[in-house]
Amino acid sequence: MTRNERLRPAFLVALLSAVLVALCLLSIALGARSIPFDQVVRALFGQPGSELIENVIWSVRVPRTALGLTAGAALGLSGALMQALTRNPLADPGLLGVSAGASFAIVLSVAVFGLGSLFEYIWFAFAGALIASVLVFLLGRLGRSGLTPVKLALAGVAVTSLLSSITSAVVLTNPEALNRYRFWAAGSLADQGGDVVLQILPFVAAGAALALACAPALNSLALGDDVAASLGQRLGLIRLQGVIAITLLTGAAVTVIGPVVFIGLVVPHLARILVQHVGLGPDHRWLLPLSAVLAPCMLLAADIVGRVIERPLEIQAGILVALIGGPFFIAMVRRRRLAEV
Amino acid sequence: MVRRSPDTRPDTPSDAHLGAPADIRPDGPADARPDAPAEGRSRGFLNLGKARLRSGGTAPAPSHRTFRLAAPPVSGILRPRLIAVCAALAVATFLILCWGVSTGDYPIGLTAVMKALVGSGDPGTLLVVRELRLPRAVVGLLVGVAFGISGALFQTMTRNPLASPDMIGITEGAGTAVVAGIVFGWSGGLGTQTFGLIGALATALLVYVLAWKRGTTGYRIVLVGIGVSWICTSATDYLVARGGQFQAQAALGWLVGNLNGRTWDQVVPLTVVMVVLVPAALMLSRLMRTLQLGDDVAAGLGTPVQPVRLALLLTGVGLIAFGTAAAGPIAFVALAAPQIAQRLARTAWPPPIASGLAGAMVVLASDLIARTMISGTELPVGIVTGVLGAPILLWLLIRANRAGSGG
Repeated sequence: MTRNERLRPAFLVALLSAVLVALCLLSIALGARSIPFDQVVRALFGQPGSELIENVIWSVRVPRTALGLTAGAALGLSGALMQALTRNPLADPGLLGVSAGASFAIVLSVAVFGLGSLFEYIWFAFAGALIASVLVFLLGRLGRSGLTPVKLALAGVAVTSLLSSITSAVVLTNPEALNRYRFWAAGSLADQGGDVVLQILPFVAAGAALALACAPALNSLALGDDVAASLGQRLGLIRLQGVIAITLLTGAAVTVIGPVVFIGLVVPHLARILVQHVGLGPDHRWLLPLSAVLAPCMLLAADIVGRVIERPLEIQAGILVALIGGPFFIAMVRRRRLAEV
Repeated sequence: MVRRSPDTRPDTPSDAHLGAPADIRPDGPADARPDAPAEGRSRGFLNLGKARLRSGGTAPAPSHRTFRLAAPPVSGILRPRLIAVCAALAVATFLILCWGVSTGDYPIGLTAVMKALVGSGDPGTLLVVRELRLPRAVVGLLVGVAFGISGALFQTMTRNPLASPDMIGITEGAGTAVVAGIVFGWSGGLGTQTFGLIGALATALLVYVLAWKRGTTGYRIVLVGIGVSWICTSATDYLVARGGQFQAQAALGWLVGNLNGRTWDQVVPLTVVMVVLVPAALMLSRLMRTLQLGDDVAAGLGTPVQPVRLALLLTGVGLIAFGTAAAGPIAFVALAAPQIAQRLARTAWPPPIASGLAGAMVVLASDLIARTMISGTELPVGIVTGVLGAPILLWLLIRANRAGSGG
């Protein structure tokens, strides 16, 4: 490998990071209230300015941007990991039952325990996500051949549909639960305080560390179970590590911003196309970080657009990310001959 | 050995376990070999080849026999297990249908139901059975068959057990159209059936056109389908979030799939379509199995890849579109029924007829449960399909592995 080829993917990551930083700044600068850019910069760097503006910047826009970054990166990473573990291009981060578990827990907490605010049901949702993914993992392991990619995927689909059936049954018979559920389910970054980000950050950090640590092993896993095993990989261990990482990442993200798992399904494909574009194969040591940068880019961009197109109303990011990301994704898919996962 | 993707062939793990050469495995690609008929012609008059030997003690019993007839020159593969599974599923489906027709506010005995089905009995029972209950049951039956077969076609074509029609945008498109109709109040004259049909067909056309670039590949159809279904889902979410609470509830009620209040009006178009498409699906299923080996291999074996894929798509989309129009996107049936059938019959791909019957059984049983679980209210059938289908699929997944047949 020449020095040049080594540099190009690094350049790609640098470019995307620059885009991400620009989006962060935009996300802080734009909102329902229009604030001149110089005052935004002043407030950001702690120079004295209007009290109101400082308040808007630091307690609304910065937390919101931070949330978009954290949750987006978590969904991108877990999506790439999920597709690698199940070797299936249709796998999304919710496949382990994580988002269905969180939905179920939220609906249950509203319908049965009468909880009202997000701060109360966030831990409920996280517990639901954890329990669902543990269930999927254990069910997938039952039987003689242990955890195979197909079994993991099918067990996940079965548990997901079981939970979402019960969720819809509750929602259809309980109008209050329906009301809360449909706004959560549309996916939004708005109205979350800074402490929500701090609450999920440890989980996302732990999950990201675990995910990045198994990236080299995922490359041999892509060659098939037998080849990976004969290359010295301990399949059970990698899968366990991957499942824990996915649960932490997706659970944390979905609990707060709603089940916008689709972003985790699409972003790894975009990452794969980009990696191909710079002349590399689907190497997970590049795919995972790229997905972690691309996903927050998409999420923040959608959030920004949602804030400005219908001022002072907002359209949820979960909705716009699809309306913007969908056509973009299709265009990318059409551009080149794709390597299968 | 032909190339097979390891993640979509559930029997792969056991291959390594058995260490058997690829061409003698019980359910290997041998049956997809188009040269198989030629072998038969030179042999004896009627030759039922012996089922192959059990190897290693843990392998599932080989489930097919070859069937050869010298004159006229016909040969094929008999799968006693598959035939038995189909027969059992058909009987079970029929019994559940009768049971479903017999239960209700005015209970009718099973024998009276069967009499009424063939047209005898007292006029009151005849009226209740034929005009009130049978349309609902028949819609359930037909929709189940349509979803099951369509799921089998898509899963085989894309070589991916997750690639049910719900995954690649067709059902979502129908959902968006119907929810738009409900939220904007257009649905008055046309009804959800027409909206669902238009939505599904338009989405399918869009996916195919967008995936076309000097031909299509199964993989590109899947990816474009993901993108389209993503857009449709979020449009639906937007409409549901924007609509009033009453409209949101009506929309969700349709989106989970519903058999309430179905009449012969829904049965007739569905029947006409299925009379054409089901035989087409069965005729295509042989060609489809070479497609499953990959486009290049299939082309090498003489399958016209693009026409066959287009025909498969048209068939699968037609089934799912008319099914969704009649009953809404009943969740999980198109994904689970083929997998259930495949595991019951122990084949290496989802068998179409058995998938259709499994789908019908799941839908009818779910409808029966949905009507009787809480007395006084009729839950939408789509809520129960997940609750009923998921444990069956999980149980088969776990059990199939105990038998060593992979999963």
